[in-house]
Amino acid sequence: MSIELSTRVEDKLFNNRYLVDTGRPHIKVRPHAKPSTQLLSMLKACPARCYELSEDGQVEATVDGCIECGTCRIICEETGDIEWSYPRGGYGVLFKFG
Amino acid sequence: MIEEKFDAIVVGAGMAGNAAALTMAEGGMKVLQLERGEYSGSKNVQGAILYADMLEKLVPDFREDAPLERHLVEQRFWMMDDRSHTGLHYRSEDFNEEKPNRYTIIRAQFDKWFSQKVREAGATVLCETTVTELVRDDSGKVIGVKADRRDGEIHGDIVVLAEGVNGMLGTRAGLRERPKPEKVALAVKEMHFLPRETIEARFNLRGDEGVVIEAVGTISRGMTGMGFIYANKECISLGIGCLVADFQRTGETPYGLLDRFRRHPSVAPLIEGSEVKEYSAHLIPEGGFKAIPQLYGNGWVVIGDAAQLNNTIHREGSNLAMTSGQIAAEAILKIKSRNQPMIPHNLVLYKKMLDESFVIKDLRKYKDMPALMHTRSQNFFLTYPQLVSKAMQNFVRVDGTPKIDKEKLALKSFTNARSRSGLFGDAFRLVRAWR
Repeated sequence: MSIELSTRVEDKLFNNRYLVDTGRPHIKVRPHAKPSTQLLSMLKACPARCYELSEDGQVEATVDGCIECGTCRIICEETGDIEWSYPRGGYGVLFKFG
Repeated sequence: MIEEKFDAIVVGAGMAGNAAALTMAEGGMKVLQLERGEYSGSKNVQGAILYADMLEKLVPDFREDAPLERHLVEQRFWMMDDRSHTGLHYRSEDFNEEKPNRYTIIRAQFDKWFSQKVREAGATVLCETTVTELVRDDSGKVIGVKADRRDGEIHGDIVVLAEGVNGMLGTRAGLRERPKPEKVALAVKEMHFLPRETIEARFNLRGDEGVVIEAVGTISRGMTGMGFIYANKECISLGIGCLVADFQRTGETPYGLLDRFRRHPSVAPLIEGSEVKEYSAHLIPEGGFKAIPQLYGNGWVVIGDAAQLNNTIHREGSNLAMTSGQIAAEAILKIKSRNQPMIPHNLVLYKKMLDESFVIKDLRKYKDMPALMHTRSQNFFLTYPQLVSKAMQNFVRVDGTPKIDKEKLALKSFTNARSRSGLFGDAFRLVRAWR
């Protein structure tokens, strides 16, 4: 049972409603040369796959699809790897069911 | 800009915040509630099961107009390995009662209704407003908040922090610690829509009857976690959650776990042909009694998930949230009626009242369970489910092996996997933590 079944998180996020606060991401990754283990773990642990590895080995966040769970804050805020704040009022994910 | 001063400011409009705002407004206080979503519920995520008893204490006739999904008549616990599940099911006609005890709900819809009750009670509810900062006076007493989309400060005699598990105000202000990765679970959920007749046929339900399935086993890949399947009227909430520390350690993806659970041969037929309309994620406080922070201070109290009030073992959270909100509000009303200030010396009443309630009593009872489940996750979530499955198959498969040999084989598989002392130790620790 080791076959990894394909999961496209983009397909899941596609069903969600968002009001994106363009140009004002609520999560910012601190510039770094080499990512910490905490930051690297977000490549897998983020349920919306907001974190990606860039070509030169840095972790970048694109938060348009963020579902505001706070997992990255729990893992990465303490180390100073990221800055997390809630989106401005009314912005971000808008759950229809929740 | 709001120039007025309020008796109380409630930050957040989830279960805890709504319960507190409702109770204080009904008690005649001038209440302002701030919510960052476009309406109460639009940022809130839960399975979700509603416990009637706690809501009844707040809104006695809630059954008349609350958006309820199904009343639960059946509970199924599954222990799963990759190809099977061993179930313990409890179903009773007693649950088809005039005032049912538990319901499935859809939080975005339910919270909107709850918020309406808060408004009707006279509270001012401002949505689309994110509170950014607590305001303190020179003595350090919390005297209000700052929010985006509003200029200046908003003042209140007491600030009720109902900001949820990931609340930033209290942690930033140093009132409590940010939850640690081993003290919170990350749960992901999908909403699977199907015609209601299909749901009723697949889950053996009549009318508005409902069922809940909660599952542990190899679905969490050795991590401390649980899967759930809740039947709503026209959709099925399907999700799985594991400790954040375990995700961090294993490199498992939450959506990969969810998809594997969804495709399990015991689960797939239940949701076959469904249309998924939403994917959500949320943190769940899992630290139990030992993770409860300071609950009150100079000009503030904290309630609900923000205070880590969640019973992992019984999977209760929203009821603890509601009750803590109600109790905090009652304590505040009492202090106000005596014309006393909202200082720790008086607000300790909230803690005293909460200690006397089921909230703290239940959490204290299971204070050692979170640590046990975490440190022994391989045994409880991987080894035992596999062994149970093997033993059950051995028991039901008829293949000419004498029964006495089958029994020996089953016992041997347990002792081989965990040794007699290991089995005894696990049982002992479990019983001790449960007492």
